[in-house]
Amino acid sequence: MSKVYDMIIVGGGPGGYTAALYAARAGMSVVVLEKLAAGGQMVETPQIDNYPGYIDGVDGYTLGQQMCKHAEKYGAQTRYTEVTKLSLQPEMKAAETPEGVYYGKTLVVATGANPKHLGVPGEQELLGRGVHYCASCDGMFYRGKTVVVVGGGNTAAADALLLSRVAEKVILVHRRDTLRAARVYHKPLMQAQNVEFYWNSQVQEIRSGEIVVQNVHSGQKNTIPCDGVFVGIGRQPASELVKGMLELDEGNYIVGDETTATNIPGVFAVGDVRAKALRQIVTAVSDGAVAVHYAEEYLATLTE
Amino acid sequence: MAVLHITKDTFEAEVLNSDKPVLLDFWASWCGPCRMIGPILDEIADEREDIKVCKVNVDEEPELASQYQVVSIPTLLVIENGKIVNQSLGAKPKAQILAML
Ligand SMILES: Cc1cc2nc3c(=O)[nH]c(=O)nc-3n(C[C@H](O)[C@H](O)[C@H](O)COP(=O)(O)OP(=O)(O)OC[C@H]3O[C@@H](n4cnc5c(N)ncnc54)[C@H](O)[C@@H]3O)c2cc1C
Repeated sequence: MSKVYDMIIVGGGPGGYTAALYAARAGMSVVVLEKLAAGGQMVETPQIDNYPGYIDGVDGYTLGQQMCKHAEKYGAQTRYTEVTKLSLQPEMKAAETPEGVYYGKTLVVATGANPKHLGVPGEQELLGRGVHYCASCDGMFYRGKTVVVVGGGNTAAADALLLSRVAEKVILVHRRDTLRAARVYHKPLMQAQNVEFYWNSQVQEIRSGEIVVQNVHSGQKNTIPCDGVFVGIGRQPASELVKGMLELDEGNYIVGDETTATNIPGVFAVGDVRAKALRQIVTAVSDGAVAVHYAEEYLATLTE
Repeated sequence: MAVLHITKDTFEAEVLNSDKPVLLDFWASWCGPCRMIGPILDEIADEREDIKVCKVNVDEEPELASQYQVVSIPTLLVIENGKIVNQSLGAKPKAQILAML
């Protein structure tokens, strides 16, 4: 039989690599299975200003690389491969990948979250040719152009601010009448000369060169000419892998309390994929550390 | 073979007139998802003798980017005999990139 790790971690974002760091330092054999590269969602932002210790901010790609190297320094391993199927039995956990099956006594689900789609006509058809989900990646192609940002939370607010420095005009479309984003974004957005707001407006359709919105109160439709649309309406958990195995809430987040333990003994859920109030890097890394604490407790029961 | 960095001056010879299929990556240094797939492309370039892996930096070569209507990076194109035979947007796992070829 192949090697059985003390811990398998699915996903190499901040939650996954913190679990790897703590597990390796606790003397456990641990492997991180990551489909792309270290960092997860952090790589989409060039500037993280609320990770304690980095007074001048840090870019997400670098922070991800650092977290990976930090865990590997203590013996954690990384395999760049996608987990396509899980088998979660109390006595043995198995993760299937195109390169083979990995076995573990414990398993941490750290698969994070992906951007939510609007689900309106035109969105899929114009993907990457006018419809975007990553302003820091694609914003610069709209230098001197008009763009629409959809949403009212932190992602949309940060996108709108970033784009206001590149684009000629930014139009923020939000279905409520105020921003849900953190206060630090409000003033700079309101003061930006080239940012306009369409409040109480819901997107109906995206076409090449324009977007159709409808006022949620009056029902009136407006067609706004624009060169590109950046969708920032939040995230959805990457929990398809564990559907039918782990308990999920109505939003498809994995149910696990502050211990990060799930309904299967020895299986833990950390970071954005877990049901929780605040999805940030600091809460993801916190989960990673806590998961290892309870994983050690669980491993001790196996040897008793 | 190592990844080849392409400019508008070398594009025709290295990409359009290549005798092997070309996996072409449009990228930028400030784009996190582009940097994510960088090591994957290096690996593919090392492992596959039958193809050529090329990169275009969109900051340095805006003409090439606009010629191929790239407004989202990373954009990956597979070019054979000067024609696009496959393309994909965004960071993808290695297996999915290989499947494009
Ligand atoms: C644009 C943007 C800006 C942000 N800015 C900030 C900020 O300033 N401060 C802050 O605190 N937070 C910020 N966040 C949120 C923060 O990035 C997330 O809360 C955090 O990354 C969650 O970490 P995680 O480990 O749970 O998952 P993720 O970071 O989502 O990582 C999950 C990883 O799992 C991998 N994965 C998924 N499925 C599989 C599979 N089947 N097989 C193998 N690997 C898999 C993914 O490739 C990914 O690398 C931002 C998010 C975005 C998108």
